[in-house]
Amino acid sequence: MSGLSIENLSMRFDLPNGTSVQALKDVTLSIKEGEIMSVLGPSGCGKTTLLNIVAGFLAPTDGQVVMNGHRVSGPDAERGMVFQQGALFEWMSVRDNVSFGPRMAGQRERDWAGNVDHLLDVVGLRDFKEKAVYELSGGMQQRVALARCLANDPDVILMDEPLGALDALTREKMQSLVLRLWKETGKTIILITHSVEEALLLGERLLVMAPRPGRIHREYNLPFADLGVGQDLREVKKHPDFALRREEILGMIWDMEEEIMGRQEQSA
Amino acid sequence: MIVLAIYVAIFIASFVIVKFAVHKATTDYTSLKTVTFGDESAVTPNRIASVISILTIFLLWGAFTGSRLVPGFMHAPGPFMGDATFTYTAEAEGGTTDDATVTVRVFEVGTEVEMPEVAPGDGWAKNDVDTVGAWRSGLIRVDRNDELGRDQGHTVIAVNGTPIAPGGSVMTEFGRVGMSQKGTLNFEPAKGWQMEPIWLPPPEAVLARVGEIAREGYRDSTLWEHLGYSLFRVVVGFFFGALVGIPLGYAMGLSNWFRGWFDPIVEFMRPVPPLALIPLVIIWAGIGEVGKIILLFLAALWIMAIAARSGVSGVAISKVHAAYSLGASKWQLMRYVIVPNSLPEIFTGARVAMGVCWGTVVAAELVAAEKGAGMMIMVASKFQLTDIVIMGIILIGVIGFGIDILMRWAEKTLVPWKGRI
Repeated sequence: MSGLSIENLSMRFDLPNGTSVQALKDVTLSIKEGEIMSVLGPSGCGKTTLLNIVAGFLAPTDGQVVMNGHRVSGPDAERGMVFQQGALFEWMSVRDNVSFGPRMAGQRERDWAGNVDHLLDVVGLRDFKEKAVYELSGGMQQRVALARCLANDPDVILMDEPLGALDALTREKMQSLVLRLWKETGKTIILITHSVEEALLLGERLLVMAPRPGRIHREYNLPFADLGVGQDLREVKKHPDFALRREEILGMIWDMEEEIMGRQEQSA
Repeated sequence: MIVLAIYVAIFIASFVIVKFAVHKATTDYTSLKTVTFGDESAVTPNRIASVISILTIFLLWGAFTGSRLVPGFMHAPGPFMGDATFTYTAEAEGGTTDDATVTVRVFEVGTEVEMPEVAPGDGWAKNDVDTVGAWRSGLIRVDRNDELGRDQGHTVIAVNGTPIAPGGSVMTEFGRVGMSQKGTLNFEPAKGWQMEPIWLPPPEAVLARVGEIAREGYRDSTLWEHLGYSLFRVVVGFFFGALVGIPLGYAMGLSNWFRGWFDPIVEFMRPVPPLALIPLVIIWAGIGEVGKIILLFLAALWIMAIAARSGVSGVAISKVHAAYSLGASKWQLMRYVIVPNSLPEIFTGARVAMGVCWGTVVAAELVAAEKGAGMMIMVASKFQLTDIVIMGIILIGVIGFGIDILMRWAEKTLVPWKGRI
């Protein structure tokens, strides 16, 4: 079976002082091929931990992640990752960064050159391909990171707040780009964000997680990602359901945050 | 004290002059900043100040050594040269006192000098002549040519009319006239404010010595051989230190076992100054090339190992994760991520190590060596050849500075992303 399924996943971190933190508890979820799913939740709800387990950087204390019929036990080229920032290789040009995956797989330049140039076109960095990455702005660097991930042709793309460090305008442009790439490539995408609007815009499916222990709180199926493809995202935001959903989810997260604060005050 | 006062005066005066003369000359972005005091980025070295600073050092050096490179009117008062005179009053048995003049020719040490000629004069005390080198002093037996000598109780009782007794002294316009416990006069010509060449030779003497040693050599080796040997030892010692230290640092950054095994050794050896190893290295390996290279190897080894180790630990985990997610193997991660990422740290370490090695080699050569910059100045100092010592110090400084510039240039060329991550 193709696709990704997360089965009864639990993660407990044992702290040096003897206590332990239940970062994830009994998370079960399956993601269809070609689906774009956004994950939202207050800080400490385990969303990054979840992504790291799916990527294979962490082994869960219980449960498993099954990808294309086999159990995930480490990082692999089938699961690409886009980080918030700082994961580009400064000592390589833009083109060398983007072609990193194919080169590591031992492909020859004539086999990857066309695809890499095409991807640089798609992300609008054709004229910057020989530049050093530290000469680029934050938004351009994230476009390099996207292109680098796509050049490796993974089955699933995991995004850990990839647009979190960008300014509002750049962020909006990048959101359109992510949607376009999603439609064009048909990749499965899991995107973690702490912006409710971004989660609504980019989530065909939206997962709200709750903290302590980290678990799935609610799931939505949303039309906005499909609407947003090839359309101005500001138009999508004017959709009456959009505002409704936004207020609903914001309220939900506010309640969780307040509950955490209350618990902290009680224990203090 | 006088030198310091003049130095401070030049510092303040040039600051004030430049401040008013070049006040509005700069029109770059920094000049538009209103908050500059406390903004470190607004502080750039004032090039005018740098030039004046260097000129001041040479000017003071020249002025206080009577250099020919500095115009005469700027010289600090030099030692008295020429014929100095003073009169003495002597008494002898019979109670008669008589005056006579002493003429002392003060000459530059190292030049030919003739006795001044004077008429003997009247009375039983005759006029005397003598020679004394500048910055030296000399005993003058004024009674020798007098008609009444010490047998007749010849005693000097005054100099230039001022009474003098054994152990006392009289200042004259040409210098100090003292009297020994036995009653002999001792003339010490005025020294002025200049330094004697054996303490501090003038710049041109040092320059001339550079030329001479470059042509003829010193202690069986030319200047270039001395400096070349020192540099050769540094380069070879550093090379082997890096050759072993960098892989060791990588191993310590990548493996628990290596980290655990070598941590105590590296952490213990790092604070041991390489100079403290000199005696042991001499005992084990002698004073030849091998000993020097072992010492420099040890000096560079720990610095390079620690630099490589921190270079590996400095890799952002997201880069490692990214590389693995893109399908890199461990070897590829090493080759394409960890090594390039650690290069800035390694270059910083290399700069430090080269500096330490250069200092260590000079010190080791001071202790014992057959050739080398340190040996050259050590031997010269034993013969009071101050010009060679100063020349050596300047050349050692220039080479050390040159090494640092070279390393910085290499760093800029090879790791342009340093500090921009």
